[in-house]
Amino acid sequence: MRLRQLALSAVVAVAALTSALTTSLAMAQAPVQFFPSLTGRTGAVAPNAAPFANGYADYMKLVNARGGINGVQTLVEECETAYATDRGVECYERLKARHGGATVFQPLSTGITFALMPRLAVDKIPMITSGYGRSDTADGAIFPWVFPLLGHYWIAGDVVLQHIANRSGGWANLRGKTIAVVYHDSPFGREVLPIINRRAEMHGFTVLALPVPPPGVEQRAIWLQIRQQRPDFVIMQTWGVMTATAIRQAVATGFPRDRMFGTWWSGAEPDLRDIGADARGYSAVMMQHGQARDSEVVRQILAQVHDRGQGTGPRAEVGDVLYMRGVVGAMLAVEGVFRAQERFGRGRHVTGEQARWGYENLNITQARLDQLGFAGVLRGPIVTSCRNHVGTAMMRIHTWNGSGFDWSSDWLQADMNVINRMVTASAESFARDNNITRRTEPGC
Amino acid sequence: MFYRENGQFKTTYKSDQQIFAVKQDRIAIIAIIAFAFIGVPMLADEYLFRAILVPFLILALAAIGVNILVGYCGQISLGSGAFMAVGAYMAYNVFMRVEDMPLIVALLSGGFFAMLAGIIFGIPSLRVKGLYLAVATLAAQFFFDWLFVRVRWFTLDSPAGTAEVSNLSVFGWQIATPMDKYLFVLGFVVVFALLAKNLVRGPIGREWMAIRDMDVAASVIGIRPMYAKLTAFAVSSFIIGVAGALWAFVHLGSWEPLSFDINRSFQLLFIVIIGGLGSIMGCFFGAAFIVITPIVLNQLLPWIGSLFGVEISTAMVGHAEFMIFGALIVWFLIKEPHGLAKYWSMARHKLRLWPFPH
Repeated sequence: MRLRQLALSAVVAVAALTSALTTSLAMAQAPVQFFPSLTGRTGAVAPNAAPFANGYADYMKLVNARGGINGVQTLVEECETAYATDRGVECYERLKARHGGATVFQPLSTGITFALMPRLAVDKIPMITSGYGRSDTADGAIFPWVFPLLGHYWIAGDVVLQHIANRSGGWANLRGKTIAVVYHDSPFGREVLPIINRRAEMHGFTVLALPVPPPGVEQRAIWLQIRQQRPDFVIMQTWGVMTATAIRQAVATGFPRDRMFGTWWSGAEPDLRDIGADARGYSAVMMQHGQARDSEVVRQILAQVHDRGQGTGPRAEVGDVLYMRGVVGAMLAVEGVFRAQERFGRGRHVTGEQARWGYENLNITQARLDQLGFAGVLRGPIVTSCRNHVGTAMMRIHTWNGSGFDWSSDWLQADMNVINRMVTASAESFARDNNITRRTEPGC
Repeated sequence: MFYRENGQFKTTYKSDQQIFAVKQDRIAIIAIIAFAFIGVPMLADEYLFRAILVPFLILALAAIGVNILVGYCGQISLGSGAFMAVGAYMAYNVFMRVEDMPLIVALLSGGFFAMLAGIIFGIPSLRVKGLYLAVATLAAQFFFDWLFVRVRWFTLDSPAGTAEVSNLSVFGWQIATPMDKYLFVLGFVVVFALLAKNLVRGPIGREWMAIRDMDVAASVIGIRPMYAKLTAFAVSSFIIGVAGALWAFVHLGSWEPLSFDINRSFQLLFIVIIGGLGSIMGCFFGAAFIVITPIVLNQLLPWIGSLFGVEISTAMVGHAEFMIFGALIVWFLIKEPHGLAKYWSMARHKLRLWPFPH
């Protein structure tokens, strides 16, 4: 009897699953441009990853309200990864062929990025990894499918150091100083070390590398070590609850917040809001955008998406740092499709392979950014090519004032002479290890 | 009716010592293996291969390793993730550092080094038992996590500390498509599952079980605890190491120590407990339950919601998946503490009497 029940329920489950699959197949008929979204709405990074997913979805809805990509409507389907690599891979496999094929993936996790990279070339789907993933993917001749648009860890690390040097009165004054690097103990965190070590060699400061095991809710030992060794500055490459914990510990051990600098994943409202005034003076490098509540694009999202009851997340978070990061990510994803349509047919659906061409030939001018509502949020032009998958290396620093962020630096540009050499060396060694040959088409 | 061993007389030692002594079992196993090799590749699509079947098979293989140690020899271990990591990283080093290294040799060498690690970390089992041993094996987990993160030599000095392999091939067969990967992994799993099945019913398997049931009694009847326990650790970690190498090489392609963290050890232990301690078949049931159930729930919930016109948010699905999965585990353990394998043996038992149960 029990066995029969078991068998029966198994049959029902299988039937339900197959019909679920067939309905999703039937939905694929309408000509849409599909943007899969790998979310981290649960787990330790949820406070930071959820606003990104909301911004991503809302901007896509705004594009549709504006009339789509030359008439082609965008479609977002989410899949929850909880920042876990194996679930990310499963989500990628689940979504890649849906709704006429995925245009581009933005996994928002370095671990997932690494795991997906070998699959991209086979499936012919590009990936945008703004500010995360592998830094050497900036070299498109060896990594044709990956686009760290707006910058990567090495650019961010270089700009933080420039800012510190400027505050100290020039690179020369860093000689003999100690800079502690508190980092997420994973490829994500470690990726910032090469540029900092390189700069340390060039300018003679000492690096104190302090790994924090994820998720990073226990950091007492590290901050006691910082109190003991008294570094002059602390750079934080942290993510999720790790950042808030680190700043709390800094408050507890009395390390001055105005000598702490986050990279661009370590300086957003969820990290600082609960600490409030105690975190005043903490700064973080921003790949162009920060909080942008009064920008044109936010006004449009509020008017055309949220006011119509289609908003994805809480209205109060629209315009926050990580929400804007989702908006910017979506904008880059859509602009690449616009560019690809110029070549492969206006108003037509583009494949992942065609979109890849679009991302590699981006030319987003300041005028175009203004037109899209990004005046004051981003700075153009963003120009990519086969050798340059980054597009721009301009950044700003913002500082927490107790309840929000203020810009505390001018536009800073990473020193591409230093970084390009590192990128090429690292990409070349990757190519050697994996028998990849450099692309040889003209202009590469 | 058709599942009866009546009249199957064993007239030679060979027929008496087969892995599957009952003819129907033999036929069923051959049919299942044939279906896995021929039928599944014709039916499954890319998603099924990559996202479900390959991880399922590799975790089932690792679970066989864990089951030998935990289920057959009774030594609770929380270091399985670490032994997978040893297999993965050592196979990687052998594969990348030695010119023209054949893939299969590299994978097996991963198992070999995991075996050495398993023997070393199995030594405490000679003195401590039960939960205390579980804590002692945690040392292996933390040590190897630390080793592969900190010592750059193991990752060929890559800046981010990740390892990558590509262009796998065996005897000119390029393992590129998801189907190739599935078949390659399946080959390993079938060979190791049959070997394990054979091993646990032989003298050494009986020694392990004697140790499990009562180690003092076992040593009184002449079983050396040191030999039995350390061989269990060796065989178990060899299989886990090969599974780890496969997980890294075939499933992930690019990995970091985080792929083999403490959660992996727990996951493997849960697979074994839910599947059934002391059962090779149970490893497959347990792996299927642990790997497939969350994914099915994740896809089923939005669809059920849409039936009733409710749109369930992604976050809600994520939370509900955890809750239902947890409830299912508790329910299964209450209903059948001996694991899913017990259902399997119950089904076989009933089938013998069917259709005339007394």
